[in-house]
Amino acid sequence: MKTSALITMLLANGIVIAMAAYFFWRVLRSGPPDEVDEDKANFPRGG
Amino acid sequence: MSKENWGSRVGLVLAMAGNAVGLGNFLRFPAQAIQNGGGAFIIPYLVCFLLMGLPLLFVEWSMGRYGGRYGDHSTPFILHNVSGGRSLWKYVGVFGIFTNLAVAAYYCYLESWTLAYVWRSVSGAFTGYDSAAVSQMFTDYVSLGTSEPIIFWILCLLLNTWILSRGLAGGVEVAAKVGMPLLILFGIFLAIRGVTLKEGVDGAIYPGTEGLNFLWTPQFDSIWNFKVWLAAAGQVFFTLSVGMGSIQCYASYLRQRDDVALNAMSAGWMNEFVEVVLGASILIPISVGYLGVERVIEMTQTGGLGLGFRTLPYLFQQWGPILAALAGMAWFGLLFFAGITSSLAMGTPVIGFLRDEFGWKREHAAWVFGGLTLLLGAPTVFFFQYGVFDEYDYWAGSVSLVVFAMLEVILFAWVFGMDNAWAEITRHADIRVPKVYKYIIKYVTPVILIVVFLGSLFGDGGILAKIVNKDIYEAMSKATDPMEIAELKKKHLFVNASRWLLVAVFVLIAYMVWLADRKRKREGYIPIIRND
Repeated sequence: MKTSALITMLLANGIVIAMAAYFFWRVLRSGPPDEVDEDKANFPRGG
Repeated sequence: MSKENWGSRVGLVLAMAGNAVGLGNFLRFPAQAIQNGGGAFIIPYLVCFLLMGLPLLFVEWSMGRYGGRYGDHSTPFILHNVSGGRSLWKYVGVFGIFTNLAVAAYYCYLESWTLAYVWRSVSGAFTGYDSAAVSQMFTDYVSLGTSEPIIFWILCLLLNTWILSRGLAGGVEVAAKVGMPLLILFGIFLAIRGVTLKEGVDGAIYPGTEGLNFLWTPQFDSIWNFKVWLAAAGQVFFTLSVGMGSIQCYASYLRQRDDVALNAMSAGWMNEFVEVVLGASILIPISVGYLGVERVIEMTQTGGLGLGFRTLPYLFQQWGPILAALAGMAWFGLLFFAGITSSLAMGTPVIGFLRDEFGWKREHAAWVFGGLTLLLGAPTVFFFQYGVFDEYDYWAGSVSLVVFAMLEVILFAWVFGMDNAWAEITRHADIRVPKVYKYIIKYVTPVILIVVFLGSLFGDGGILAKIVNKDIYEAMSKATDPMEIAELKKKHLFVNASRWLLVAVFVLIAYMVWLADRKRKREGYIPIIRND
């Protein structure tokens, strides 16, 4: 494989894999929101 | 009606990523990359993802959660609220139901091809046939030579309807949790096979790296080519399923303290992983390995569908019967999972609208959606050869998306106001969204979308040429065979009829929105008027 192609591929794939893995890991790590939910504040239904 | 929510955050992110990951990740992306000079395409593509894709994800996720706060789960009344009660915007929101219904109508048929081809691969239906015969099998399939396409189409519709009738947590989320990991697993298997293809082994005439060389060799002069940028922006746009109304619908089921920024980033980058890493490592290396770059460029001129369904099943046969069956199952299986996780997302806004506005039960709404998809999809199945499928894809699956996305980003950034929009995006965010996105969403993304829209108006395949059926008239003027002229006249008739059908569907949905609005007013609902 050509060196320039290999570098571009590794760079692009590396960025995409790192970002996808990082954000998914953050999702896995973060807990559920507080139990007290604004949903219970009875927002009026708009129309 | 009790408020429905997602069962888990991982399930939500997988469902959102599944919504974005579609057949286009594996078929359209490689074809676009090849048609736009291989390595020339990647840099504009990634830039467009950062400047248009991610901002649109932030906008749609935030609008969805905002709408969910007031009990709205489809775009007509989400947009109505975001606009501060301006009437016109709820009719712009009609796009968010129309697009999903019209795209689901033909997409479920496409999805059923993949299911049928999984069966064909596993049962060894391609064994012993040459490339022309395998290609002919696909022609026979879409010409409805047997009852098989109808059986698989109905099966697919039933499966979609059944999953939708089970709701978000019990249906859509479960499908995403099963489908997405399997899709990635199948993709990794095929990508490894593709990039490790050796010259002279299993009939390959080039190594798998030949295709990778073509795709990844940078061509920096392409940065000045407007057409490449337009193609890259178009691909980013379609791959993320933005401009459809399905993201807003999924996000409307979030709890109000749920984050949208991290979720949007995670789902968006997961889609990019599937597209850039897996999508680029299967179709191109395998097809270039057997056919060479020039032949693959020629074959992808009309998209990646032909290569995926006509050519790959034959190329897999060169790997021996067991590996061919496994590869066929993995390839069409991953396309099926990519398809179904998207079509489920298309059903949700329609069901949400019927439940919110007319008080229907989820099960009833799901079966009505299934019935409508069947009725609206029937012309694409029975008149496929007359271009009805392509018409649906063009008007509902392309033009509507661009128009809706352009209007919604203007609404969010300029009518709702960028300060409100930014507050909505960053509210309860689990990550710090770079502040530069406040300016990108306000100025850059709308400009890119306007340019994409204007770019799609003109040219041979543009909207204006399409409206006047330029391609059909040109073909008619060149045709000399009376049979061919008669077929073109028939095509002209079906193309126009399918357009009027789509217009009628749009008008019908707009009428239902008007009825829903009247009902809301009767019941005393108050529009959300902001004081800022």
